[in-house]
Amino acid sequence: MKIKQLSIFLENKKGRLWKALDTLAIGNINIRALSIADTSDFGILRIIVQDPEIAKKLLEEKDFIVKVIDVVGVELEDTPGGLSGVLKVLNDNNINLEYIYAFTHEKTEKAILLLQAEDLDLLIRTLKDNNLTIVPPKEVYNL
Amino acid sequence: MIWNKEAECMSREDIEELQLKKLQKVVKRAYDNIPYYNKKYKELGIHPEDIQTLKDIEKLPFTTKDDLRESYPFGMFAVPSKEIIEVHSSSGTTGKPVVSGYTQKDIDSWGEIVARGLTMMGINDEDIIQNTHGYGLFTGGFGVHYGAHKIGAIVIPISTGQSRRQIEIMKDFGTTVMIFTPSYGMYLAELAKEEGISKEDINLKAIGFGAEMWTSEMREKIEDKFGAPAYNIYGLTELMGPGVAVECNSQNGLHISEDYFYPEIIDPKTGNTLPENTKGELVLTNLEREGMPLIRFRTKDITSINKDICKCNRTLARIERITGRSDDMIKVKGVAIFPSQIEKALLKINDVEPHYQIIVTRPHLMDEIEVKVEASEELFSDEVKEMINIKKKIEDYIENEIGIRVKVALVEPKSIPRSEGKAVRVIDKRNLH
Repeated sequence: MKIKQLSIFLENKKGRLWKALDTLAIGNINIRALSIADTSDFGILRIIVQDPEIAKKLLEEKDFIVKVIDVVGVELEDTPGGLSGVLKVLNDNNINLEYIYAFTHEKTEKAILLLQAEDLDLLIRTLKDNNLTIVPPKEVYNL
Repeated sequence: MIWNKEAECMSREDIEELQLKKLQKVVKRAYDNIPYYNKKYKELGIHPEDIQTLKDIEKLPFTTKDDLRESYPFGMFAVPSKEIIEVHSSSGTTGKPVVSGYTQKDIDSWGEIVARGLTMMGINDEDIIQNTHGYGLFTGGFGVHYGAHKIGAIVIPISTGQSRRQIEIMKDFGTTVMIFTPSYGMYLAELAKEEGISKEDINLKAIGFGAEMWTSEMREKIEDKFGAPAYNIYGLTELMGPGVAVECNSQNGLHISEDYFYPEIIDPKTGNTLPENTKGELVLTNLEREGMPLIRFRTKDITSINKDICKCNRTLARIERITGRSDDMIKVKGVAIFPSQIEKALLKINDVEPHYQIIVTRPHLMDEIEVKVEASEELFSDEVKEMINIKKKIEDYIENEIGIRVKVALVEPKSIPRSEGKAVRVIDKRNLH
């Protein structure tokens, strides 16, 4: 149920994001989704790729610090109110998100929301109890 | 005016004769009373009677900060501890700091040499001295304090900080002399401007600089901002504290109280003594000190000695302002810092690699230190707040070790250049030389 995301440490220095993405390009790794958290000092690049372990290896060969982190994907209607509906459920159930990002699924015209919370199992349970569709990892990797 | 004309204007011949007499006495005292010197001189087959001329001092080995550290805390004292009335401490190169001990006579001597210095700066018993040097467990504020008592001036021991109050006091108390580090002075000048106080509102007569390196441009700027001449004060805790050498109103080098300290300049690589007016490392010997006489102490400060008679009529030799260090010590906000202290702090934290680089800047008058630390997989977290906590934790550990706050920047692994032999640990962008 959990999707493997790669989190990469980026120093706040010109060209580092490019270097990370270039490493993946050379390795023929396609990126499914991407988000960046940045502060004035450093950034964290979060990506979903088809084969997280291979991508991790390629990046580490170039001295990047990479961690594989579990996140949860939720499918939602790509219409106004789709996202806020999911967030209302989490809010009503007192779940605090660490971060969130989303992308649209071209084939199905649906959007996929990627979520990170302190207790992922609780998050999954809550989403299920509220009849929200959890996206299986395979579906995301093979988009 | 000259505080002690007899001592400060002695002929070269008389100075040397006096120095030899004092040197013979102090070497004997160190040999008889300090186990460190006794052991070292015996090992080298040196006897106090071997000192027949001043030049014979070159037969004696150097004393280093590391030697003092090994005798931590009180091992270098030449008198029983009941005769010691005050101790100070300065940072060590690694591990333990260095302790300096003073008898009543030593404190009097300290007051005497600073009294000479303050008088050189044109200060007398009618002045009000605002002393912004720190009064903590390092000699910073105390030299000027004792000297001010000696000449009978009023001293305001305000110490560093409370910057707006500093300005208020300058104005309300009618401060005539400011003692500060150049960078703190620049900061105060700016603050005064913000408060709408100009140099006409205050009535400064002189400024005493100390504890950090500066350029002549910086001096001119400060003199202009405060409308008063600025004089350099040199000293180090191991030998005594601030006041070992002070600049007179000719502003052409710092007069060293040669009846208290015997100065030499050496080549820091070979240890050979260098002639007058040649740049090298300053080596000092305590000639008068009871509590902790140091013989041939390597200051690591780079300067030169000039023995010409000064325009002010003093015959005391002058050292040029310090233009560098022969080790990797840096002075930031007046505090001595060794890169090894930062390394020590990093080694105390789990998951932190001791790969680091120190970058010192002066972006806006005040010194800032940034320490680049390489992140590792163990340390890296996917969450920003965790990463910020780690950064804070490293900053706390470093502050605990060096006493001042630094900014830590986490960088990618292997991004700090590795070099063969000695790594470049410090990048000083302040342009102080």
